[in-house]
Amino acid sequence: MMNKNNGMSLIVKTVTRLLVGFILLYGIYIVLHGHISPGGGFAGGFIIALSYILFMLAFGKEEILKRIPQPMISFLESLGALLFLVIAVFGFFGGYFFANWLPKGAPFKLLSAGTIPISNIALALLEVSLGLFGIFLVLVLLKFTPLKEGKIKDNK
Amino acid sequence: MIEINLLLIFIIIAAIAAVKMKDLLGSVVAVGVAGFGLVVSFLSLKAPDLAITQLVVEILCLIILIRATIKVDLPFSTSGRWLVNTTAAIAFLVMFLIYGYKAILNLPYFGNPTMTTSVFYFNKTMESVHATNVVSAINLNFRAYDTLGEATVLFAAAVGIMVIMRKKGRLTNENKNDE
Repeated sequence: MMNKNNGMSLIVKTVTRLLVGFILLYGIYIVLHGHISPGGGFAGGFIIALSYILFMLAFGKEEILKRIPQPMISFLESLGALLFLVIAVFGFFGGYFFANWLPKGAPFKLLSAGTIPISNIALALLEVSLGLFGIFLVLVLLKFTPLKEGKIKDNK
Repeated sequence: MIEINLLLIFIIIAAIAAVKMKDLLGSVVAVGVAGFGLVVSFLSLKAPDLAITQLVVEILCLIILIRATIKVDLPFSTSGRWLVNTTAAIAFLVMFLIYGYKAILNLPYFGNPTMTTSVFYFNKTMESVHATNVVSAINLNFRAYDTLGEATVLFAAAVGIMVIMRKKGRLTNENKNDE
């Protein structure tokens, strides 16, 4: 299923296949522990997006679009924005907009600090899809710019 | 203190190199060098949160910029209109220096604990939010309206990218190239 002409060499592909899962896991860790350790939704979301971008640079654009198609990315983007707004509106349960009404557990625990972990996840969804959209935009724009002949490989 | 000054000088040299370089790819790499200098200076000022975010965004921007500049033959002009450019640059520089001097006069001294607002956050975060990362607590609890604005900006940017990338409105000749 993998076309030999797409992407980079075999060494890069093998190392990427080994590394990309760990990078993804590290990004998820940064997002989920955003209220305990340095990091948070912004940084963790970009790390997750970078793992996908590494995969795309090594294997080519078609492979990544097979795994995570473009309508799904826009769905994730809308889900992130909507989740953040829903958290804000549900603050009316606690009295006002953006109130931290969920029970706050003990400090240093994973389930603590009320709505902050959910907000981190919402922001991470936004960041992931924004990073992926940015790199896709560059690829789409590059297709229609005048190039020096013979410098870009044909995709087909 | 001395390492912060050295890092700032390093960043300034990298920025000047990015402006002055003739090669577009070299200029992008110099911008990356300036960004990584900023990461190290954030770390030495004990702000790991900012350092992580700056590092990750810097890598993403570098990938996008290199991908955009490595194969495209962009026109690069150095001649023409030097009088207007030089006059405008000097005028803006003088304005920046005047207002910067006025702003620096009002700042508290470096390292002085005169920021009473941050003391409020340090005292309140543990007892009212139960979060140990103060930056996250400020971003998502105390100042959540700011973050809502940021999320709106990001969402608007993604919608703009989607509008550019959509396939419906393209010409048929370009549609053929698209897979």
